[in-house]
Amino acid sequence: MADLSVDLGFLKLKNPVIAASGTFGYGLEFQPLYDLNLLGGFVVKGLYFGPREGNPPPRLAETPCGLINSIGLQGIGVEAFCREVLPPLASLKTALIANICGEDEDEYARVAEYLSQYKGLAALELNISCPNVREGGKCPAQGTEATYRTVKRVRQASSLPLITKLSPNVTDIISIALAAEEAGSQAISLVNTFLALAIDLETRKPKLGHVLGGLSGPAIKPLALRMVFEASRKIKIPVIGLGGIFSAQDALEFMVAGASAVEVGTANFVNPYACPEIIKGMENWADQNGIKRINEIVGTLRV
Amino acid sequence: MLLDRKARITKTENWGSYFLISLATPDIARQSQPGQFLMIKVSSSLQPLLRRPLSIHNRSGQEIEIFFQVTGEGTRLLGQKSPGDLLDILGPCGHGFSLKPEFKGKEIFCIGGGRGLAPVYFLARELQTGGARPIIFYGGQTLSDLPLKSRLEEAGWTTNFSTDDGSFGFRGLVTQLVEKELKGRKPAFLFGCGPEAMMARLAEICQAARLPAEFSLESNMGCGLGVCWGCARKIRKDGKTGYLRICQDGPVFPAEEIIWDRD
Repeated sequence: MADLSVDLGFLKLKNPVIAASGTFGYGLEFQPLYDLNLLGGFVVKGLYFGPREGNPPPRLAETPCGLINSIGLQGIGVEAFCREVLPPLASLKTALIANICGEDEDEYARVAEYLSQYKGLAALELNISCPNVREGGKCPAQGTEATYRTVKRVRQASSLPLITKLSPNVTDIISIALAAEEAGSQAISLVNTFLALAIDLETRKPKLGHVLGGLSGPAIKPLALRMVFEASRKIKIPVIGLGGIFSAQDALEFMVAGASAVEVGTANFVNPYACPEIIKGMENWADQNGIKRINEIVGTLRV
Repeated sequence: MLLDRKARITKTENWGSYFLISLATPDIARQSQPGQFLMIKVSSSLQPLLRRPLSIHNRSGQEIEIFFQVTGEGTRLLGQKSPGDLLDILGPCGHGFSLKPEFKGKEIFCIGGGRGLAPVYFLARELQTGGARPIIFYGGQTLSDLPLKSRLEEAGWTTNFSTDDGSFGFRGLVTQLVEKELKGRKPAFLFGCGPEAMMARLAEICQAARLPAEFSLESNMGCGLGVCWGCARKIRKDGKTGYLRICQDGPVFPAEEIIWDRD
């Protein structure tokens, strides 16, 4: 049987599959369905310091092979998370990763600092790329300077390993990835959703209450693959690839493109068993293809 | 507990845009409560991407029935299924209607508007099993919107029909019919499912009559499992107003907690 473990340097995962933030709740929701220890890891829903109401509905619009969401990071905040959610999760033998958010750099730092007091977290995923919280979908990950400053600030606030989640809504992903690396991020996760619009022609209104949203699902996979490919060739830190992964084949393609691990997002909505099924599928593929260690395939695209 | 099953279709019936499908799924059937729903994968491909949330219309032994109207691509594909086909279903999802022991011997108003009749049939059956007396109201724009008319009549419940155009039963809105019937009856509770405007008006009627009520809300859903927060809706609970999930915190909510969308 193939060895599926991957070593990100700062974090060893038993397999490359991580459930993505915003698609896995706080993890507890999936506990009745399967053993979370099967996962390489999971990223909990984005956390601001305080509770957050989220955006007005409608929050979802389905598009061809895709889904536009404008949830707006509704959530319970770090205090409630550490009090109510973290204790039952802390004993899991899988990488528990907190996705952290902020209205400004101070809040990012405060959230990181607060979480660092607790045991049980394997890493922080710095969410500087949500398209649903600021006017026009703007986010720090759209600029090299804002990316650098935010990463640096959080780096100073916490000793936990830091994965910076980048936005695809940029002209040059390489420069942003380099900025995150230079500021001390230990990995990047790529991509967050694509800023998108869905229209109801009859009413000529946007289908989402927030007007714009973020597109995810199989529709974005080729775009995400391209960005993972581009970024991973230029930076030294590992890339965690995501964007429309619905099958083991999708996950393996991301690894070949240069991802050291992958996140599975929207697929969890359609098939709550998507992550364990993808893990199993990767193992079968490796066995059938004589791959002894899955990390052998990382960045092996023949170009 | 949520179950993931491949359920075989045993029977399909169709009236215009309305469909009734029977599914063999013993353990989901066993666990189901009125007002709960299934998340159904309508295609084996990635298009449409998401499952469709559909109310459980009835439980009959090892089978479950769903009743729906074609309103888009997902329900259109579902309507094309045939007996023998397997459907990938997750369920039972959500929290259903509150069936209280004190309903025993009492009249309970059960209102279904159009496809909103879907959970009302199962509800009425369970109410009857618990010794309550369901009084059914089934309204639509015209006679063809009442495809389950004879099914309700055969069940033997007191049933009131309304059509906006008067083609069958009371001429007017089902809410007007409920108001009229309330003059002669004193039900202990009202349950409703249907268009937003119908439920909002029923909530007003109930408030004026001091009649406690619950309504089943509809929404597009991403997951049906409570993880995506895509079906959030403003709900007033414990003196606070905030976005709750129709899929997990509902789909059934007490009338006083719902903030109606009157647009």
